[in-house]
Amino acid sequence: MNKKENSPIRVVLAKLGLDGHDRGLKVVARMLRDAGMEVVYLGLRQTTEMIVTAVEQEDADAVGISMHNAGHLTLAPRMVQALEDAGLDVPVVVGGIVPDSDLEAMAEAGVAGVLGPGASAEDVAKCVREAVATRGE
Amino acid sequence: MDEKKEFRTMSGVPVGSVYGDGPLPGEFPYTRGIHSGMYRDRLWTMRMFAGFGTAEDTNVRFKDLLRAGGTGLSTAFDMPTLMGRDSDDEWSIGEVGRAGVAIDTLDDMVDLFADINLGQVSTSMTINGPAAILLAMYVAVAEKDGVERSKLNGTLQNDILKEYQAQKEYIFPPRPSVRLVSDVVSFTASEMPRWNPISISGYHIREAGSTAAQELAFTLANGFAYVEAAQAAGLNVDDFAPRLSFFFNSHSDFFEEIGKFRAARRIWAKWLRDRYGAKDEKSHKLRFHTQTAGVSLTAQQPEINIARVAIQALAGVIGGTQSLHTDSYDEALALPTEDAARIALRTQQIVAHETGITSVADPLGGSDYVEWMTDEMERQAEEIFKHLEELGDGSILEGVYVGIENGWFVGEIADAAYRFEREVNSGDRLIVGVNSFTEGGDENIDLLSIDPGTEDTQLKRLSEIKQSRDSDSVETALNRLSLEASDPGINLMPAIIEAVKVRATEGEIVQALESVFGTYVEKAFV
Repeated sequence: MNKKENSPIRVVLAKLGLDGHDRGLKVVARMLRDAGMEVVYLGLRQTTEMIVTAVEQEDADAVGISMHNAGHLTLAPRMVQALEDAGLDVPVVVGGIVPDSDLEAMAEAGVAGVLGPGASAEDVAKCVREAVATRGE
Repeated sequence: MDEKKEFRTMSGVPVGSVYGDGPLPGEFPYTRGIHSGMYRDRLWTMRMFAGFGTAEDTNVRFKDLLRAGGTGLSTAFDMPTLMGRDSDDEWSIGEVGRAGVAIDTLDDMVDLFADINLGQVSTSMTINGPAAILLAMYVAVAEKDGVERSKLNGTLQNDILKEYQAQKEYIFPPRPSVRLVSDVVSFTASEMPRWNPISISGYHIREAGSTAAQELAFTLANGFAYVEAAQAAGLNVDDFAPRLSFFFNSHSDFFEEIGKFRAARRIWAKWLRDRYGAKDEKSHKLRFHTQTAGVSLTAQQPEINIARVAIQALAGVIGGTQSLHTDSYDEALALPTEDAARIALRTQQIVAHETGITSVADPLGGSDYVEWMTDEMERQAEEIFKHLEELGDGSILEGVYVGIENGWFVGEIADAAYRFEREVNSGDRLIVGVNSFTEGGDENIDLLSIDPGTEDTQLKRLSEIKQSRDSDSVETALNRLSLEASDPGINLMPAIIEAVKVRATEGEIVQALESVFGTYVEKAFV
């Protein structure tokens, strides 16, 4: 990583797939900004390719994707894979409605963190920081 | 109605149908309700939203709900269907049948309503961007079953403006989309007199994070916008306004919600009469559906959501709703199980049959607090209307377009949502089970899981239909549709009905329209 040690964490936030519920993602964007991070907000209906391009262009440290329509088991692993295929060591955090029973599958797929309903601003910032700290491991 | 029927409290005290001075329920401006007898004469419709998997799966749930005493159907479509995409579209992978039922062609719609008499049931369809297509399919199913269009009873959400503001399930840009809405309005006005062509919805605006007053104001402003659009298309206001209906959220702040519902009726009545020149009383009466606030449901200790839903349902009923959906307690986690949906319906039945609330219309009318809250909701809404009028140089329709294009609506909603989250985060606002009273209820509840085979089943079915249909007629129908789409003077409903009948898919019809209308892309805006 050739960024300065003290530079703020830069996070790409996006909605993957067709789902349009963006309340949570917008709140998370503001929470991360308040926590001193830089947010690259891509918004709705992004593909994994569009997100990978943004991560490359913005030299991002983490990707946050949000899903509310039970698409996480399909879409989240694809996001992880797409970043890996592009040779990017960038952790993926998933937000939205993910039942506990799916957490193991998400971890196995390489998702670095999952934020469910009711996560506080501290939870959100901590989850992203911890995910970023695992880079290079 | 049995005129001799006496209404008594549980302890035998006889009660009158209404208390207080005028204007009474059933009298302009209908603050106290649109009917004089309210629930004495007729209970609200218990309309439970359902849909998942294939059309056959949802058909089974529909029949269960009707057997359990539900009195109307309400259809949830999956995300690809809502976005006008077929199940075999690359964007649809992983989403087919997940959050609602998958509909690609008329054949799916036939399965969805199999063994249900469309002449007797009332059906609500929650769909917006492609609403005209789904309505066309419904009409075609009825025709196959030998039920006349004029007998069909139901509601199409078809409220595209709030999609740009809140729910984000748009396809085409705002102006051609509103033309499609107007086409549906004039089609149903002439051919389907019992159909509600738009359910002007605040529900999603509130779920996206707005305040109660913003929900009220944005929703009614959208309503005014549709009235202006239909008038501009040459319709007489009294020919369609009586069939416009509304859909509000019922959240947890009990009296604020009741004030909101009462203010909604008063504002609509005044504006329709005084500004839009409606003379028919039915045009002045705001009818609405209510759904309890999905966003208030907590993933923590999910069972306690049953209490939240009961309180919100009560607010909707005291507020004078015409129909109600109660959320299931497990919906912060997944689509509801059958058991959770049953408890939600039973909650309404308790409100209807055990509380005595149905005996007296507008039971809180005359309370200083409730009357003040009603006035305050109206005042805040009027301020917002003024802003939109300024944006639109005197036209609410134009003001709404401008507010969409410059991000005003989404900005207002995002600000309110963030304010709320900060209050919860700081502990200024207590949410039971989330930031207070967090002990207990850790054991997992049973959740509905969608058969992972749904997508394959649906894909196979779609591919069979595409092979067996007459592709020449499909092409002819789609060409006619594109051609007519480029002439704003032509109502598109007949061409869409023709296309669904020859089994053009939803996605193909959308593409034919997109080739003329273009596609809407929201500017990314936090």
